[in-house]
Amino acid sequence: MNIEWYIVLSSLLFAVGAMGILTRRSPIVILLCLELMLNAGNLALVAFSKMVGNQEGQVFAIVVMVVAACEVVIGLGLIVAIFRRKLPLDVDELRELRG
Amino acid sequence: MEAVLFFAAALGALGGAVGVVAMRNPFYGVLALIVHLFSLAVLFLLLSAAFVAAAQVVVYAGAVMVLYVFVVAYVGGDTEPAWDPIPGQKFLAPLIGAALFIELSIAVLGSSLLALSTEGTDVGAGFGNPAAIGKLLLEDFLLAFEASSILLLLAAVGAVVLAGKQGEATAGESKGAEGGSSEHSAPKARSEDPPSAPSPAGGVSA
Repeated sequence: MNIEWYIVLSSLLFAVGAMGILTRRSPIVILLCLELMLNAGNLALVAFSKMVGNQEGQVFAIVVMVVAACEVVIGLGLIVAIFRRKLPLDVDELRELRG
Repeated sequence: MEAVLFFAAALGALGGAVGVVAMRNPFYGVLALIVHLFSLAVLFLLLSAAFVAAAQVVVYAGAVMVLYVFVVAYVGGDTEPAWDPIPGQKFLAPLIGAALFIELSIAVLGSSLLALSTEGTDVGAGFGNPAAIGKLLLEDFLLAFEASSILLLLAAVGAVVLAGKQGEATAGESKGAEGGSSEHSAPKARSEDPPSAPSPAGGVSA
């Protein structure tokens, strides 16, 4: 398969993830959509690494996975903290920081 | 054969992604994301990135998704009410998503990268296997490797601080339980989870 296919698929997945972030209101689902976008980036990195024949893109992808794991851990910690303070799990309700 | 595998995996990845966005219940969303991640692992294998594919299955589809399932089960996967606090969101969001996709495609395909329409470099058998990636990680990218291990440690500590019990924070066994002082099963499981996710990631990167 040509590399183009992978790149187009990756941008499609990224767009789907972005759409999810725009539409959904539950913080958990927003985190899931963030995962989608990060994975689309990973797919593009690995595809480009195959294109140039250089493994460094794959190392980048692994680092992205590590960062995504950290982000998930912190995000889920925040969700649990929100839940335990009995605040609504809805990003439209949680808008104290809005100016 | 390769084309069949690609289209099957691409369909799985796309279906999983749409499932995540469309499912009302977060629990089904997590399951759809697992399908998505497995399909992506197949795509990584097709791109001769064996180690990344294995890490994807073990770290993402394994550890991270288990974390999600636990949190959804703890918080309670209540279905969120239908749409619109912002008027027109239902129509604007797909529009903006489509615009983003078109823009990204134009940006990438319109770049004059000639190698895009090839199958990529003809790489040998050792490309992307654990030995090669490990050598690269521990020689050329040692600093990034150490930095990401510190990042994992900080994230674990941060999650414990965030989700651990704070002062008089009450914790129910199940959702909706009010003010019970029986804070032993749920919060404890919670504060033990975060370190368990980073450690497989660290283990894999090693």
